[in-house]
Amino acid sequence: MSSPASTPSRRRGKRGRGSNPPTPQDARSPPSQKRRTDDSTSTGDLQPMPTSPPADAQSPGAADALFSSPPQFRHSAIPLDFDISSPLTYGTPSSRVEGTPRSGVRGTPVRQRPDLGSVRKARQVDLHSDGVAEDIVATEQSLGQKLVIWGTDVNVASCKEKFQRFLQRFIDPLDKEDEDIGLDLNEPRYMQRLQEINVVGEPFLNVNCDHLRSFDENLYRQLICYPQEVIPTFDMAANEIFFDRYPDSILEHQIQVRPYNALKTRNMRNLNPEDIDQLITISGMVIRSSQLIPEMQEAFFRCQVCAFTTRVEIDRGRIAEPSVCKNCNTTHSMALIHNRSMFSDKQMIKLQESPEDMPAGQTPHTVALFAHNDLVDKVQPGDRINVTGIYRAVPIRVNPRVSSVKSVYKTHIDVIHYRKTDSKRLHGVDEETEQKRFTEERVEMLKELSKKADIYERLALALAPSIYEHEDIKKGILLQLFGGSRKDFTHTGRGNFRAEINILLCGDPGTSKSQLLQYVYNLVPRGQYTSGKGSSAVGLTAYVMKDPETRQLVLQTGALVLSDNGICCIDEFDKMNESTRSVLHEVMEQQTLSIAKAGIICQLNARTSILAAANPIESQWNPKKTTIENIQLPHTLLSRFDLIFLMLDPRDEAYDRRLARHLVSLYYQSEEKVEEEYMDMAVLRDYIAYARSYVNPRLGEEAGQALIEAYVDMRKIGSGRGMVSAYPRQLESLIRLAEAHAKVRFSEKVETIDVEEAKRLHREALKQSATDPRTGIVDISILTTGMSATARKRKEELAQALRKLIQSKGKAPSLKYQQLLDDLRAQSDTAVTKEMFEEALRALADEDFLTVTGKTVRLL
Amino acid sequence: MPCVGDWLNSPLSIVQGIFAQNVSNSDWEKKVTEYFKEKLKENNATNWVPSLNDVPVHYLKPNSLVKFRCMVQDMFDPEFYMGVYETVDSNTNARVLHFGKYRDVAECGPQQEIDLNSSQTVTLERQTFYCVPVPGESAWFSLLSCGFLNPPSQAYISASQARVSPSTSYTPSRHKRSYEEDEDMDLHPSKQKEQHMGKSCCSGGDIHGCVEPKRLETEASAGHHVISPNCSPPLDLNFPLPGEKGPACLVKVYESWESFKVNDVLEVFGVLSVDPVLSIVNSEERDSSTLDPMECMDTAEEQRVHSPPASLVPRIHVILAQKLQHINPLLPACLNEEESKTCEFVSNFMSELSPVRAELLGFLTHALLGDSLAAEYLILHLISTVYARRDVLPLGKFTVNLSGCPRSSAFTEHLYRLIQQLVPASYHLRMSIESMNHSRFIPRKDYTANRLLSGLLQLASNTSLVIDETQLEQGQLDTAGVHNVTALGNLITWQKVEYDFNYHRMEFPCNINVLITSEGRSLLPSDCQVHLQPQIIPPNMEEYMSSLLTAVLPSVLNKFRIYLSLLRLLDYSISEEVTKAVEEDFVEMRKNNPESVTADDLHRMLLVARFLSLSAGQTTLSRERWLRAKQLEALRKARLQQQKCVNGNEL
Repeated sequence: MSSPASTPSRRRGKRGRGSNPPTPQDARSPPSQKRRTDDSTSTGDLQPMPTSPPADAQSPGAADALFSSPPQFRHSAIPLDFDISSPLTYGTPSSRVEGTPRSGVRGTPVRQRPDLGSVRKARQVDLHSDGVAEDIVATEQSLGQKLVIWGTDVNVASCKEKFQRFLQRFIDPLDKEDEDIGLDLNEPRYMQRLQEINVVGEPFLNVNCDHLRSFDENLYRQLICYPQEVIPTFDMAANEIFFDRYPDSILEHQIQVRPYNALKTRNMRNLNPEDIDQLITISGMVIRSSQLIPEMQEAFFRCQVCAFTTRVEIDRGRIAEPSVCKNCNTTHSMALIHNRSMFSDKQMIKLQESPEDMPAGQTPHTVALFAHNDLVDKVQPGDRINVTGIYRAVPIRVNPRVSSVKSVYKTHIDVIHYRKTDSKRLHGVDEETEQKRFTEERVEMLKELSKKADIYERLALALAPSIYEHEDIKKGILLQLFGGSRKDFTHTGRGNFRAEINILLCGDPGTSKSQLLQYVYNLVPRGQYTSGKGSSAVGLTAYVMKDPETRQLVLQTGALVLSDNGICCIDEFDKMNESTRSVLHEVMEQQTLSIAKAGIICQLNARTSILAAANPIESQWNPKKTTIENIQLPHTLLSRFDLIFLMLDPRDEAYDRRLARHLVSLYYQSEEKVEEEYMDMAVLRDYIAYARSYVNPRLGEEAGQALIEAYVDMRKIGSGRGMVSAYPRQLESLIRLAEAHAKVRFSEKVETIDVEEAKRLHREALKQSATDPRTGIVDISILTTGMSATARKRKEELAQALRKLIQSKGKAPSLKYQQLLDDLRAQSDTAVTKEMFEEALRALADEDFLTVTGKTVRLL
Repeated sequence: MPCVGDWLNSPLSIVQGIFAQNVSNSDWEKKVTEYFKEKLKENNATNWVPSLNDVPVHYLKPNSLVKFRCMVQDMFDPEFYMGVYETVDSNTNARVLHFGKYRDVAECGPQQEIDLNSSQTVTLERQTFYCVPVPGESAWFSLLSCGFLNPPSQAYISASQARVSPSTSYTPSRHKRSYEEDEDMDLHPSKQKEQHMGKSCCSGGDIHGCVEPKRLETEASAGHHVISPNCSPPLDLNFPLPGEKGPACLVKVYESWESFKVNDVLEVFGVLSVDPVLSIVNSEERDSSTLDPMECMDTAEEQRVHSPPASLVPRIHVILAQKLQHINPLLPACLNEEESKTCEFVSNFMSELSPVRAELLGFLTHALLGDSLAAEYLILHLISTVYARRDVLPLGKFTVNLSGCPRSSAFTEHLYRLIQQLVPASYHLRMSIESMNHSRFIPRKDYTANRLLSGLLQLASNTSLVIDETQLEQGQLDTAGVHNVTALGNLITWQKVEYDFNYHRMEFPCNINVLITSEGRSLLPSDCQVHLQPQIIPPNMEEYMSSLLTAVLPSVLNKFRIYLSLLRLLDYSISEEVTKAVEEDFVEMRKNNPESVTADDLHRMLLVARFLSLSAGQTTLSRERWLRAKQLEALRKARLQQQKCVNGNEL
């Protein structure tokens, strides 16, 4: 559009309010309003405020005639013949202000609040402009106490008094916030905050609107409805108290009150025309932020004829260029001097609805935010934030020279307060603060549910109802969803112990493994789903990317980091390539991810449970082989899974019958009917979320004993046959499972029944996956060493047999390879494969008994 | 009351009338929609409304009532507008109230000023959808693209041609789909109006119908060329499929916009707004470097996308909008209604269902080179639709992999053309290393322009996606390629597409019929693989296929089209008795050979049985159908087995 300076008079004329001088509320600086209140009401109890700057009196009368509110006019402090080219005069208001203690008394300057800014004035004032340009006029009775701000029901004096009372008295020992470090909750919270301001020197007072509401409902309502008027009043009140207490304190500028958490945190979708000009809090994700925009607050004009200078405040983004010099009456002689105009920082930010708030099947909404001064550059694209601000709507002019107006308003939010919601994600603070809150009824309902005796079975049934049977697997996954208790031993230098349960499903294709994964992925809030085929190590971990615009290096997180505190579902685990899989070693035990790339070295938290599915290598599960042989995964990785389930096709008639019935019903039953039979997915989700965040079971004495016994038993089984059937890792798994089971019951203590179930499930999984197909005995070493104890024994026996055979051949220094194999085969009573033979040879070679070169075997 | 023509030509004056009568109360809005609903209910009234799908924008009168059949491609942010505003006459100081609904620009007379601060002003909210014509809409119901490859402008040259061609010969039964046909029918009120006003650029041509096509052609193509130098680079209209033409539209919805979703197919009736003022904003923006602070909160890119020139992307202010269950113009728009007309239509068609099925089977058998089993499966595939979702499992999808397609002759190409003749919307995806690596399959959010960049897989429900794997060569897929293939796999398995929102991804469920043609087994997953066994190998594929098409009577072809669209919408159930029987059967089959029948097989058999019953017009499963389904499956499996034996190392 046209340059603001070039067509000002025209524009003003169009709006039909040419006769109204720009109103003084433009700047919204607290003293301004206060002064006016004083003027009109003469309520003299506002003494401590550093208001009515002495500069006032010095302002040239000419300016006063047009602009009735001089306190913001800082020109009086600057010599008129000041050298414009001097760098000293260039800058934003705050930098200029430093040398000029305008509000004098205590050396703390006022600072304009563009966030409450002038844009608003257009609507507020003009909406009711019947020739009244003032925001504040005396209505009702002439008594000072009954004065309200025009168009509102806000009485400045009482409002201020109430707020001061709030600051001085508000105590809520129960409400703990994360910023409250070092606060004594039994003392007035906000007085401590003011003290902090005195020490730290950051002149912003954040006020939780929730506190205000519990303190004074009416004041809260006023704040929400008329933030434009009420916040400056709050500013006044806060400053009065502050300078009362700390009269010698010098701040950069006066304290500004920043309310947050207004109303409930609203969804962007709920914004509607009624919210215009109200204080709102919405949440979302920053998707774009603009460059810094210097926004002119005050234009500086100088007459080119007589060098008379004047200042004009910005009005709805426009400047009314004085067409006539007040001094010498020359027309069109006033020229804008950029260097001496005043600017404030401004930034445009696009906020997008957070994915959780989005209804299915729609695209996210966005809203524009304007950040001012300090808030500029506080957030970056990708941040999840809660924004408190004032919602604005401004009409758009199609063309400055045509009177038609686009019938659409542009909307934006003037930011007053930001609050990042995910800043803790990378810092490992307890996640409880970010957990969603439950209504009391819901909690009551969940607790009721937890008391049911069969809750464990119930929940397991509710999990993926469309998948038939596989109850133990569902139970395992259920326990995984709940997870164990987190144990922090960092103080003793042993680091965190993993609380997450990892599960591997392997089995025949077409046994709905993927479906189960998809279900879990859809159930948990922070789930990730990847396929082994499609993912690279980078896609799982994190990668460094150069932002094309800023040339800044950005760390992009992959699936594992994204599912921190969630579940990462990996399908086709067996298809994953070696290097990608190796990343999982760290994640699955240490729960961290280390990155050293492009100059960025860091360790990210990846406290994720892994639910993986693998297909057997020969497409069909070979029951004659061990798990390792079937899926060809390194045992180092396998041993990190707490539970390994086989999903095989059971061959039994009753099962078939039930399965058939179940499937047929899928194909004609209406969806609603099916839903009724099972627990709602939403209930299940809440149940899990509640248990995860509020239940933290500890091992009881009895349970501890039971665990020890279980572990000893497990080891005993093997030791009888000279092999180990359990390792400490298995004990840890047992503990985690028992804890998870206690969580299912909402129990704060792990009891024997939990241990029993953990034992049963663990044994169940073991039975399926760690059974030695040759002996039928559960053998944990299949998972830990990749080979069953019997197989190892057989290998040794064969090697011995071979040694005997060679020794029996006498002194021959070398033997033919094939010959030897044939001989061995002839001698042995079991079939000897070439691989077995080679293994035996290798074993002997390791013993320095012989060497193999090509097709000959030499004795040493 | 205004006469008939008025509500078509100047709906806004009707609205003004209703508004003026009801200034005091706020239910004038309701009255407006009711009025238009009534009007459109009158017999064939909907056909009088010119359709933006068929008539180029520049032939339509601004501010007239138009209809548009479209898919919601993107949803913009809701906007607040002046629902009611007041103007002040600068001379007389007279104040008048206006309504801002159904308008882009708040109008006022030459001497009038809008009083932005009037207490009478009412701010209301509306939602803007970016809509494109249904992607892959078949040529046979839109004259605008009569040939398969002809650009739309050529449609005008071949207007006469188009009438002969089988694809469009149904039109006499329908009401006018094209502007040219107006000359035959003087019913069209807007035409007279236009002639009368002499405003439209083609008003002269209307009378001399014979010269019309040529004139139109030059205008249409000129229109295309004139636009491009004006805005550089040319605006990407964001069609999901490459090579699509047609008007994209900013559809402004005034009520219940929450019920619409991305990829929904809508038919909207509304006021066309092509006010050139809307475009001025843009040119101004580009000229001046100093932007209004209010204006500069959007990037230039975003400006371009969100307020494109009205001549390119017209605005429609919706008065009535409805979601379409299907887009087949041969069927009544809404089948759910308990209207006697639709019931009659359905029952009439049902009575002649079996001959239609037989003929269709014959037709497809020929198309599949004499393979009747494959033809049977193709019918089942074409009437399949996702009817429900259990947890994450979509039920009713039936992806067929037609393996054993001859690679040399352009068999798949021709097969696709035949399918295109049968279904309302389709797309032929030729898989190649190049296309996998370089095309965008997944829609992606462009945050600079703040819009959803469309991708190939942003398709409306029930679109037929024919994937041709026969042309795929060996080669290296890059990251984009892998993502694309994964997306295709997800689409087939879960019937959902994960749109890329940069910071996160979001799932959009879809319902797309995928047919994969390949030589061996496809690399993509599928529900069922049918190995083609050609009985005849025609020497000239092209000739063979086109003769097939011309051999079918247009009326029969239309029956095929109705058949495929209608059967998909039927309900289906299985009785307790049959459930038992199926159960027994399954147990029995497993007893004999547990390896041969898995749960997956049962799934598939139930699906086949379902579509087999539906294809015969039966809404419950009977024992016979179940046996037939089993038989079909057995035949299909035997074939696969046989194939495996033939070349042992396959699979």
